[in-house]
Amino acid sequence: MTVKQISVFVENKIGNLAEVTKVLADAGISLHAISLADTKNFGVLRVIVDDSYNAATTLKEQGYIFSITPVLAVAVPDEPGGLYRILTLLGDHNINLEYLYDCNIRKSDCAYMIFKLEKPEEAIEVLTKHQVRLLCQEDFK
Amino acid sequence: MGRYYQPEIECASQEQIRAWQDERLIKQVRHVYDNVKMYRERMDELGVTPDDIKGREDLHKLPFITKDDLREQYPYGLLAKPLSECVRIQSTSGTTGRRVVAFYTQHDIDLWDECCARAIVAAGGSNEDVVHVSYGYGLFTGGPGLNGGSHKVGSLTLPMSSGNTERQIQFMTDLGSTILCCTPSYAAYLAESIIERGLRDKIKLKAGIFGAEAWTEEMRHDIEEKLGIKAYDIYGLTEISGPGVSFECEAQTGMHINEDHFIAEVINPVTGEVLPDGEKGELVFTSITKEAFPLLRYRTRDICILSHEKCPCGRTHVKMTKPLGRSDDMLIVKGVNVFPSQIETVLLNKGYPANYQIIVTRANNSDHLEVQVEMTPEMFSDSVSVITEKEKELVSALKAMLGIYADVKLVAPKAIARSEGKAVRVIDKRNLYQNN
Repeated sequence: MTVKQISVFVENKIGNLAEVTKVLADAGISLHAISLADTKNFGVLRVIVDDSYNAATTLKEQGYIFSITPVLAVAVPDEPGGLYRILTLLGDHNINLEYLYDCNIRKSDCAYMIFKLEKPEEAIEVLTKHQVRLLCQEDFK
Repeated sequence: MGRYYQPEIECASQEQIRAWQDERLIKQVRHVYDNVKMYRERMDELGVTPDDIKGREDLHKLPFITKDDLREQYPYGLLAKPLSECVRIQSTSGTTGRRVVAFYTQHDIDLWDECCARAIVAAGGSNEDVVHVSYGYGLFTGGPGLNGGSHKVGSLTLPMSSGNTERQIQFMTDLGSTILCCTPSYAAYLAESIIERGLRDKIKLKAGIFGAEAWTEEMRHDIEEKLGIKAYDIYGLTEISGPGVSFECEAQTGMHINEDHFIAEVINPVTGEVLPDGEKGELVFTSITKEAFPLLRYRTRDICILSHEKCPCGRTHVKMTKPLGRSDDMLIVKGVNVFPSQIETVLLNKGYPANYQIIVTRANNSDHLEVQVEMTPEMFSDSVSVITEKEKELVSALKAMLGIYADVKLVAPKAIARSEGKAVRVIDKRNLYQNN
C-alpha cells in the first residue's frame, strides 16, 4: 500500500527546477504531488507521478541524481480535526512522521496527503485497522 | 636605536657577506653530511663529498631538496642535532595529512629572532615601541617569530595572537600599540573595524609588518591610508625558520634576504638551472647557520626575482620581489598553505568523487574558500537533513585537514566541467599576482 516517491537532487541555480519539470513533461509524465525542500545550496524535489518507472528511466538517462522512497498516500477527512486525528493515531503508536505534503487527488469527503514515515509498514497496519483509506501506486495511473 | 638592528651585518660589504657565506656553507655541508643520512646518501649518489664544497661557487653541485623530501623524512629524518639539544618545534600544513615539522636549538631560535628584530627595526621599531602581534601563536611561525624579534629589539610586546577583533582594538587603543604585525588581510579587516567604530584617531599605530600571504600594492595603499601607517612586507617559511627570512626596508621595493643566514638562488623550475639576477624563477634557500634543521638548496616553489642593486636604505643584502606566483599548485588562504591534493584526500576518504573544484574569493579583504563537490547517488537521500549532515561532516573533515574553514557546495553531477587535459581544480578569483 505504499506509493513510490521520486526525490531528485536539484542544485540551487536559476532555471534548474524548470529543467527537471521539462524533462518530465517531455516524457509525458504527469505530476500528482510535488514538494520542494530547500537549503542554501541545493533543493530536493519530491514528486508522485503517474508512471514512476518511466520517470525513473527518464531521469537516469538525463543524468539526474534521484532516489525512490516508499511513502503513504493517506485519505485525510475534509473536516476540522481530520489531520489531527490521523497524526494522533500515528503518535500513539510511536510512529515518527518525517514530512508531509499535499496531493492533487481528492474525493468529495477527503483530501489525500503524502506522508513520509519512519516505519511505513507499521503505519499501514495501524491506519487500515482504523479505517483510514490509503491509495496505492495504481490509483495514480 | 638607529635605523638598523645590526648595521655591521646588514650594511656589510658584498665581499664580507660572500666570505661569511663561503665559510658557513662549508661548515654546514660537513654538518649535514655527518649527521643526516638523507643528505649523505644523496651526495654519495652524485659523487659529491663535503670536501668538494669550497664556497658558494660550489653550491650548484649539491642536490635540491623539496617539500616531498621533508614529508618523507617526517618527523626526525632531517634532524641534524640530538633531540636533547632541541628546544622548539614549529610546523606547517602539508599535504595528505603529513605535516612538516621543523626543529630549533636555542641558537636557531636566537638567529630567527634576530632576523625578525632586523625587520622590526627596518619598520622603524625600537625599545620605545609597543609591538602588537596578531599573527597566530602556536605551531604557526608567525606569532612566535615576531614575538621573539620584538623581545630582541626591546619593544613592549603584546602577544595578541589572531582573532577576537574587539579585544585587539581595545588593547590597541588602551595600550597605544605602535607597530602591528599580522597578515595583510587581517590588517585590512582591522582597519575597517577601527574606522567603523570611529576610533581612527584613538590609535597610535605608525607601522605594520604584514606577511604570510600574497598581497597587492593596492592593498598596501589601502591599509596605509586607512590606518595612517607605513606597511612593510615580510617573507619567510617554516622550513627555513619562519618570518624574517627577508623583510622590507623603507624603500618598499623588495625584501632584503638575511644573507648571513640564508643563501638565496633563483632557478629555472623545470631544468634546475641557476638564473642570474633580474630573471624570474623559483626561489631556493640554503640555511647556513641553522643547527637542528638545516636545509640545503630547499625549493620554495615561490617564483620571484633577485636584485643586488644598491638600496637607498643602506642595506647591502640581496633583495627579492614579492612572490610573483607559485611553481606548484599551493594556495595561501587566510595565511594558511592549502594544497588541492589535501582536499582531494579528504573527499576520497569520505567517499566523494575526485571531481571537485576549489573556488577562492576575497571579499572585504577576507579570503573565502569554497569546495564544490558533485552529488552522487550513494550520498543522496530524500531527506534534506541527512544530506546536510553529510555536508557538515565534510566541512569538519576539511577543517581538520586544512586548519581553516571551507564552505562545501554540493552541485549536480557533471556540473563541474571536465577538461580534455589537466582538470581545472582551482579557480582563484583574488588576482593576487596581477600587479607584478
